[in-house]
Amino acid sequence: METISIDVAIIGAGGAGLRAAIALAETDPKLRIALISKVYPMRSHTCAAEGGAAGVIKPDDSFDMHFDDTVGGGDWLSDQDCVEYFIHEAPKELTQLEHWGCPWNREADGSVAVRPFGGMKKQRTWFAADKSGFHILHTLFQTSLQFPTITRYDEYYALDLLVDDGRCQGVTAMEMRSGELRQFHAKAVIIAGGGAGRMFPFSTNGAIKTGDGMAMAYRAGAPLKDMEFVQYHPTGLPNTGSLLTEACRGEGGILVNKHGRRYLADYGMGPETPVGKPQLKTMELGPRDRVSQAYWHELQKGNTVTTQWGECVLLDMRHLGEKKINERLPLVRELAEAYLGVDIVKEAVPIRPVVHYMMGGISTNTAAATPLPGLFAAGECACVSLNGANRLGSNSLVELLVFGRRAALSAAEHVQGLPAANAVALNAQAEKTQQRIGELFSRTDGTESMSGLRKEMQDTMEKNVGIYRTEEGLQEGVSKIHELRQRYRHVKLTDKSSVFNTDLFQALELGSMLDCAEAVTVGALARKESRGAHQRLDYVERDDKNYLRHTMVYHQGLDVPRVDYLDVVITKSPPGVRDYSGDHK
Amino acid sequence: MKERTVQLEVLRYNPDTDTEAHFQRYEVVCQEEWVVLDALNKVKADIDPTLNYRWSCHMAVCGSCGMMINGEPKLSCHAFLRDYEGVIRVEPLAHFPIERDLVTAPDDFMEKLKRVKPYIIPKEKKPISEGEYKQTPAQLMKFRQYSMCINCMLCYAACPQYGLTPSFIGPAALTLAHRYNQDSRDGGRAERQEVVATHEGVWECTFVGACSEVCPAHVDPASALQQMKITSSLDWIVEHLMPGGKSARDTASREDAGDIS
Repeated sequence: METISIDVAIIGAGGAGLRAAIALAETDPKLRIALISKVYPMRSHTCAAEGGAAGVIKPDDSFDMHFDDTVGGGDWLSDQDCVEYFIHEAPKELTQLEHWGCPWNREADGSVAVRPFGGMKKQRTWFAADKSGFHILHTLFQTSLQFPTITRYDEYYALDLLVDDGRCQGVTAMEMRSGELRQFHAKAVIIAGGGAGRMFPFSTNGAIKTGDGMAMAYRAGAPLKDMEFVQYHPTGLPNTGSLLTEACRGEGGILVNKHGRRYLADYGMGPETPVGKPQLKTMELGPRDRVSQAYWHELQKGNTVTTQWGECVLLDMRHLGEKKINERLPLVRELAEAYLGVDIVKEAVPIRPVVHYMMGGISTNTAAATPLPGLFAAGECACVSLNGANRLGSNSLVELLVFGRRAALSAAEHVQGLPAANAVALNAQAEKTQQRIGELFSRTDGTESMSGLRKEMQDTMEKNVGIYRTEEGLQEGVSKIHELRQRYRHVKLTDKSSVFNTDLFQALELGSMLDCAEAVTVGALARKESRGAHQRLDYVERDDKNYLRHTMVYHQGLDVPRVDYLDVVITKSPPGVRDYSGDHK
Repeated sequence: MKERTVQLEVLRYNPDTDTEAHFQRYEVVCQEEWVVLDALNKVKADIDPTLNYRWSCHMAVCGSCGMMINGEPKLSCHAFLRDYEGVIRVEPLAHFPIERDLVTAPDDFMEKLKRVKPYIIPKEKKPISEGEYKQTPAQLMKFRQYSMCINCMLCYAACPQYGLTPSFIGPAALTLAHRYNQDSRDGGRAERQEVVATHEGVWECTFVGACSEVCPAHVDPASALQQMKITSSLDWIVEHLMPGGKSARDTASREDAGDIS
């Protein structure tokens, strides 16, 4: 197996990975950087983010308000030292992107424009029409091309971390084109591998979002934190699950049920605001968890619209007019037209909540460091505890910039003055990867079909770990996912070819998703309260006495994982009431 | 929802076992509203796990799933079954080497992207602490359309010139050079001209316009290349025919001032 020796390996070349690579290259031009990804950078799922990125720049806004919105939006599960760091770095990072050419929308005087977003008390979301993530990703990718010390390994599927002497010292990966294994010996590793939304059958996430980075860290001993907090975006297309950005509502779109009622008023987000004049932090600009939960209640009451794609509510944007829609929401118009046959200028579009984002992930601190020395993580795969129990829209694009950079600075510091690697020990570990893959190829008694197991996993997650959860459903979910993990050992590989074998990669991705799914279900069962995106019908109140804590899940091989807890960092905002009524102060 | 049985004829090639590519026929039960990618996913999950292709976002923004569908370059996530009758023929993107089945090697495109220096080469540097560069909505509109390229490479598969002359930098990469040249924050045009204004660059383009026809992001690369030819010609005239001719850099800054549009 070929060995590639470098200083820092980055796994994942989306927003966080690219930002980390650029920061490393700028910080120390002597560092050799390997940017490893299972897809070409432009394919990373950052490209699908639409609405924008939050950072305080306008005179009527303040860091304190961004802090309060984020902490309250997260139902007080955010670490407040992390939020503090984040809000101050946010405008700097967004300005940096501006200097790199990101085509942010502008005011008439040439300054950067901002738009309203859910759960935010002020307009502070920077945007590039409704293709903000796309432009952020391409700006970072194109900017990265000027740094000779960044070596890209495009379409290399990362497999296992190499850990020796209590430190993470590299990773094994397969070149997808040839099927050849490589080992990267690195003084530090940054995981920026994205989320795991494909555990669910109905998701805004691209096919690549299978939690490989999370699972890799988890298997190597790093805990996954707060995995039970899965965000449903309130407005997905009912057939494909494609995202219709929150900016639809930010620009003035309204949600109505089959009676034409703006039902959010019935769930603590009223009173109704005038149509087309959205008011910040209430009604349609409530936080995502509350708005998605309101849909569930409407469904129980029989107030939803029955469509050929199932039960829906309606997102009505007709009153915005064609001009504004074309200028600010062109992608939304195109998506609804192409995939649903609905022109949003003329008709209300049926939508329903869809799995969108993992608040949880690899446990990191504000320095983007995991508990495993030498291992850092950033972006959706990490849980730095910015988002708490519910992420506010437009915080995550900034998160990947702020903590992508932070991970790079931490890694650059970590690599100074380390003892030489024990190559023999690392080689021995890489051999284990080779055996694992070899076993999968040579298995002749495989009985389980890959797509069959995947479907069972997705159905289980939807049925038992959805918007509302119960003890009974979660018990069932935990035992089913555990069973699937056992059965996964007998998964059958049909394709035994070495060249671009997507049967193999899908099998490996399924393994990653099953590990993540177990952490989600086990964490959800153990948390006997309702907070943010984790809502239980049997424990309906938030319980700060017992659960103002992060769930930490540790991998235990094929056994059920171990659950532990870590206190939330509270610096200045004691847990309070989340008030999204129109009369809030 | 209505169902429909679709015949897919897919090009298969595995360099491990095949001496040449061949077509394989699949009969797939589909929903009427599906796209070709959905049909391929159904084949992969239920019929033949050995079929290989790239895809991710299913919303025409990641650019992974470009392929030839009935001979036309298309994103398979944006090729609706309702637009096709009879057998649907699916092949890998033209003009790129096949890695396996519908997976092509984009190495040449990736290399060309890098050559045009697709990043801001600042006209004047300023620290982050001084805030953003001012850019009016009108200045933004000069390049925004050209920043929409998703790098799906459909335009390369459609371009007859790229098919004939593989050294041609090609529509998407040249358009990206134009995108940065047109950006009010950028001062790198002269550097890019070394690649752009050559016979591998814009002068290789014969203005067939196929690139713009197939572009799923409405970037219109043909118009970018046409504009670049005009400005490059003006450069030549200024340098060779005007007394005390000025450099491309001067031309670029005059352009920003609005002299040339």
